[in-house]
Order: sequence, then C-alpha cells, then structure tokens
Amino acid sequence: MPLDTFRTETRAWLEANCPPSMRKPIASEADICWGGKDWTFTSEDQKIWLERMVEKGWTVPAWPKEYGGAGLSKEEAFILKEEMKAINARSPLDSFGIWMLGPALLKYGTHEQKLEHLPPIARGEIRWCQGYSEPGAGSDLASLRSKGVLNGDHYVVNGQKVWTSYADRSDWIFALVRTEADAPKHLGISFLLIDMDQPGVTTKPIKLISGKSPFCETFFDDAKALVANRLGEAGQGWEIAKYLLSHERAGIVSEAAFGGMNPVTAAHQSGEVDETGRLADPILRGDVARLTIDGLAFDATLRRIKEEGDHGEGVGARASMLKYVGTELNKRRHELNMSALGMDGLLWEGDKESDGDPARAWLRSRANSIEGGTSEIQLNIISKRVLNLPGA
Amino acid sequence: MSFVLNEEETMLRDGAQQFLEEQAPVTALRALRDSGDPVGFSRDLWAAMAEMGWCGILVGEDHGGVDMGCAAAGLVLEQIGRNLAASPFLSTAVLGASAFNLAGTDAQKAAWLPKIAAGETVIALALDERARHNPSHITTRAAKDGNGFRLTGAKRYAVNGAGADLLIVAARTEDERINLFLVSPEAAGVTRTSRRTLDSHVPADITFEDVKLDGDALLSGAEDSEAAYRHLLDIGRAAQAAEALGVGQKAFDLTLDYIREREQFGAPIGSFQGMQHRAAHLYGELELARSLVRRALTTLDTQPAQAPLWCAAAKAKATAVSRLAAAEGIQMYGGVGMTDEYDIGLYYKRAQAAGEFLGDDAFNAGEVARMSGY
Repeated sequence: MPLDTFRTETRAWLEANCPPSMRKPIASEADICWGGKDWTFTSEDQKIWLERMVEKGWTVPAWPKEYGGAGLSKEEAFILKEEMKAINARSPLDSFGIWMLGPALLKYGTHEQKLEHLPPIARGEIRWCQGYSEPGAGSDLASLRSKGVLNGDHYVVNGQKVWTSYADRSDWIFALVRTEADAPKHLGISFLLIDMDQPGVTTKPIKLISGKSPFCETFFDDAKALVANRLGEAGQGWEIAKYLLSHERAGIVSEAAFGGMNPVTAAHQSGEVDETGRLADPILRGDVARLTIDGLAFDATLRRIKEEGDHGEGVGARASMLKYVGTELNKRRHELNMSALGMDGLLWEGDKESDGDPARAWLRSRANSIEGGTSEIQLNIISKRVLNLPGA
Repeated sequence: MSFVLNEEETMLRDGAQQFLEEQAPVTALRALRDSGDPVGFSRDLWAAMAEMGWCGILVGEDHGGVDMGCAAAGLVLEQIGRNLAASPFLSTAVLGASAFNLAGTDAQKAAWLPKIAAGETVIALALDERARHNPSHITTRAAKDGNGFRLTGAKRYAVNGAGADLLIVAARTEDERINLFLVSPEAAGVTRTSRRTLDSHVPADITFEDVKLDGDALLSGAEDSEAAYRHLLDIGRAAQAAEALGVGQKAFDLTLDYIREREQFGAPIGSFQGMQHRAAHLYGELELARSLVRRALTTLDTQPAQAPLWCAAAKAKATAVSRLAAAEGIQMYGGVGMTDEYDIGLYYKRAQAAGEFLGDDAFNAGEVARMSGY
C-alpha cells in the first residue's frame, strides 16, 4: 500500500475508533494500561481502545501477524505513531513484554517460544517483569549470583532479584540466572522465562522516595523454570541481556521524549504567567527555553538516528547516547516543572486524586539516570564503543 | 525532507571537505592573520570557490547558479567551520543571494545573482547597530528623496564589511517598516572603519551620512519587506549554525586525537574516566546540535513557514555546543591548549565569533520562548 494511502486510512480509522477519553495526554501512572491476568481497566474506554487496537495488531504494529502484530514496515509504523500523536491518542498498551522481552524473543526465540509468548503480550493478557539486578550486582550486573541447576526438563532456581519493576503485579518474569557455575563471569548466565504463579517465587514491594512502590524484591526458592523456556543457549544470557537493555534504553528514552507535564503547563497551573501567557519569572523562562531547545534537538536526533538506521548505519552504541541525553533531559523537565509550580509542587496529598502527582513524578524521574544502566555506565559505553578511547 | 544525505549531498560534502583541507586549511587563516590582511579573506580562494559552483548554491539556474538549497549550503558551511576557512561564503553566497531571492525585483535579480554565482562580487549585510544582535533595533533611516532615498545611520560589525563591494543595508522607510537597500561602499557619504575581531576576520563599522540612493536601490520585490527581512535572518541563523557545528565538531575531533596520544601517569589521558565522561557528554551535545542544524536547513528548503523556530533553536544550540566543544578542548589539551601554536584556541575564538553573529544562544533562546508562546 502506498504510504500516503496508509496514512489516510490510518487517520480515518483512528478518528473512528479512538474513544475521546483516550485522546488526552497521559497525566499520571494511573492512565497507563499495562495489561496482565490481574489487570483492572480504569475505564470502559480503556478496555474498548485496547480491544480495537489488538484487533488491528497495532499494540505491536511492527511484529509479524502470526505473533499478534500487524506486520507493518518501519515507515508504516512511524506513520501510525505520528497519526496517534497528532490526535493525542494514548498508547493502548504499555508493557515490558512489548518494549523489552518481545524484541529479544523475536531475535533469539524459537518459533514455538514465539507462538507461546508473543501473542499474549500483544493482547495484553500476560504481564512480564524483568529480573536483572541483584543486591550485589547493580552496575556490575554480570557478577549476578542467582543460581539455576539443571534437573531433567527444568532448572531449579534460587536467589534474589531487586528493582524488579511491578513484580507484584506481573505474571511472568524474564530473569538472568547463573546456570554454568564453572564458566567465566559473562558466559555462565542464561536467560530464563519463569512463571511467577508458583510457590517458589515471592515478591516484596520496595517503598521509594516518591511514596510509591513500582519496584520489588523478588525471591526464588527452588523455583522451577522449564528448559523449553530458556531463551537462546545455556550461557548466552549476557548477550541477550545486552540486546534487551538497548531496547529498555529505547523505552526509557521514548518516555523522556513524549508526554506528561511540562514547565509551561505547570506555570499556567500555578498562575505564574502574565496576561500574555509569558512566564512571569524571566530567568525561569530562559531555563525553560533551553529545555525546549534540547527537547526539539532530542526529538530531531531520535528521528535522525532512526532514519540513519533505516539506511543501514544501525543505532548500536548510540542507544547509550540517547539514553543518557534523554534521561538527563527528563530530569531537567521535572526540575523545571517543580520550579514553575512553586509551593503548589510541594503538595503531597489532597482532595484531588492528582494532588501530589508532580512531586512524585519529579522524584520518580531521579531513577531515570540509574535504571537501565546509570548515566555513568552509558558514558563509559560511549567512550569505549563510539569514541574508541583507549583503555575504556 | 531527510536527515540522511542523498547522493548529490554526499558528493558535495566530500568535495567540500577535500577542497577546503587542501585550499583553505587553518594555516591559511594563520597566514591571513599574520600578514595583517586588510579584508581577512583571500580573493583567490573566493574565485576557486566560484569555480566549484558554491557561490551559486542558492542562485537559480536561470541566473547561472546551481540552486541546491539551504541544506546544501549548510554542508559547505560545516566544512568551512571545520577548516576555519575565511571566506565571504556566508555573507555573499547565502545572505546576499537570499536577500535577492526573497526581496529582489526581477531586474535586481538579473543584475546581481549572476555576479554572485560567478564569484564576482562580495556582499556584506549591514544590519546590527548595537553590540548585541537585535534585528528590531533599526534606527538607520531611508528618507524619500524624489524618486530615490537619502540614507542616514550607523551600522556595527558588518561581517566581511571591510572587503565587500556591495552592502545590503537594513533601514526603516517612512512607513516605519524595515527594508533592505543596495548601497555601494564607495558612494559619497559612506564611511567604513575596519574592525579586527579575535577570529582574524575583518568586519566593518559603517556610517551613512545622507547617502543619496536611486529608487532601484530598494529591494522591492517582496510583498512584505519585513517578512522577507526576518526570513533572511532565519536563513542566516541556520547557515551560521552549520558553520558553528563544523567548528565544534572539528575541535572535538582534534581533542579526541590529542587525548588518545598524550600520556601522563604512564597512560594515555584519554583512558581516564575523568576525561572520558566529559568527552562522551560532549559527543551527545554535538549530536543534538547536528540534528537541529540539519532540521533547520531542510525545513527552510521544504516548509519555510515552519522554519523560524527550528532556525532559532539550531542557532542557540550550535552556538552553545561549539563554544563548549572548544572550551573543553582547551581544558583537555591542558597548558598547550593555551598556546597560539596549537589550533584549538583558534577554534575557541571562531566559536565565540560565530556565536555572536545573528544572535547568541541567549538571544535565540528568547526567540524560541517567544515563538513557543511563553
């Protein structure tokens, strides 16, 4: 189909099928649809919107049709994204299954594994979480010690994961587990898909400075993982993990680029604008202008690197640059939101459900440059793999 | 519109890179500086650039140009920046040609565009009247005088003003609107004073005392002369940003080469994390600037109505980043970075000068805020 025809048809379909309440910017975490066995839709529209998009394969537009996607080309998927953005359409479904596990399954999974796991992700039926970090393995992730011992058709897994996002609400976990005890550090790790609905898996939320608990500790006590649910070969886990991390970085980055409050809307909320709509504080205005410029630059850079990728140059280690720049930018945005809100930004709880959201979002943003590899780790990767500096 | 260079653009960039590295390396700038050259650029180089077809890069084919557009001009300017090549390319081939394209009558275009394309003329835009760029602060007046005008006012730091043989002057007419006038620097009542700036360029302060102009000195081909004037400045901002990007990128490349080689504590200093993180941060900043510059230039070519925001953003970012790249370069070079012998200091100076022209990062950030409605 010619691209302009695709655009016209997509625009018409979205116009006819996206419920009006799904055409408002995501204001808070509560507006995001994560899916999963225990998911409760926050509105009838959220449910309808998901169902209609699932029907089109547009929750994962670029995935092959047999795995729940729509088989769109890169160009078509980009047009869909643009058209959705044009009417402020919310993403019908967000999940680690879509952003992170899906791409890894598509690259490393067997046909059977893809058929088993991808369609439930596309339909929002199974919610996944990521088991990477451990108490003793943060930036030095490859030193992880969770252990998997082969026993017939399954592994017996013991150990502890930390910072597992939404583990308490997830159905399955993809985890890095040391299965080859005698292999070198990076080569002894396998990538296991583990059903969390079993006695050997327990989770415990961690309360954060934002007052919320998006992260958990996850404990494996003689948990079972079928060998059939090992992605790739035994010992190939680190390679898969690195591939997947680049997608996690892309996910964090797209979150940084789009959506949410900005300092101008914040200033309007707090009344810190003059009668012409100009930010009342000239110094703050300058800071916001520089944020706008960097935001435009970041959007343009995402677009450029994507286009260059289409021409065979590949994103590669530049994902680290995008992650670093995007997360630092997002932190700045939240800092300026707080500045524009003034005392209003300090509100922690109140009559409205949204009271306290800006402060919590600001606090949450501090993690952007820690999760998925800290800013310092990204700078190390850029130095080594993009700039080819010595000894890095 | 594309971020990726097409075949023609790739050839242009590669050709410009090779030509300028051979014909206008940094040693050429040093030679101009050390000889106290009165205009700060080489006429021979300008003639050679004309032979390359660059002077007509924004001139239509019917006037002897190649009409490749702003994105193409930006590619040449980035290479000019990398080599610190002193030339009237920006003031003449970009701003001069664009002034005629935007505001010239058919007769004015026919008279001047072929000369621009042939490299036969050097043009300076006489615009600012204050130390800091302010395109609205125009007090130079063109009073009606019979069929012509009488021009009175004073301009400062007109880029390439010392070597120009045609001035394009921004002046207010009696309706208080800003218009552009063609003025010969040799006309009675025009006084030029060369100013030497830190980047070894030679702009000029120019005063106009009751200068008599014919009626056709007014660029009167635009429906809205002030809109044409603003658009001309947008083109200039994106173009100057492209040069600044080249300055910053080359300063960064030089610095990377240096820290890979220079050893202290028995290891290349580029192996130390304290250096690496600064370099990696700078890499990201340069990538951001590069995207904005390309976006601004391609938007000028394809969706000019949307260009002003991108041009201001690109100028702001490229200004800040090129200055940072050269400043970080000096720091990473250490003591030798402070010496005249090493080129990095020349990049710092040019970054500062390119930053001032048509508004620095602070000015253009203000423009972005205004255009964004806050």
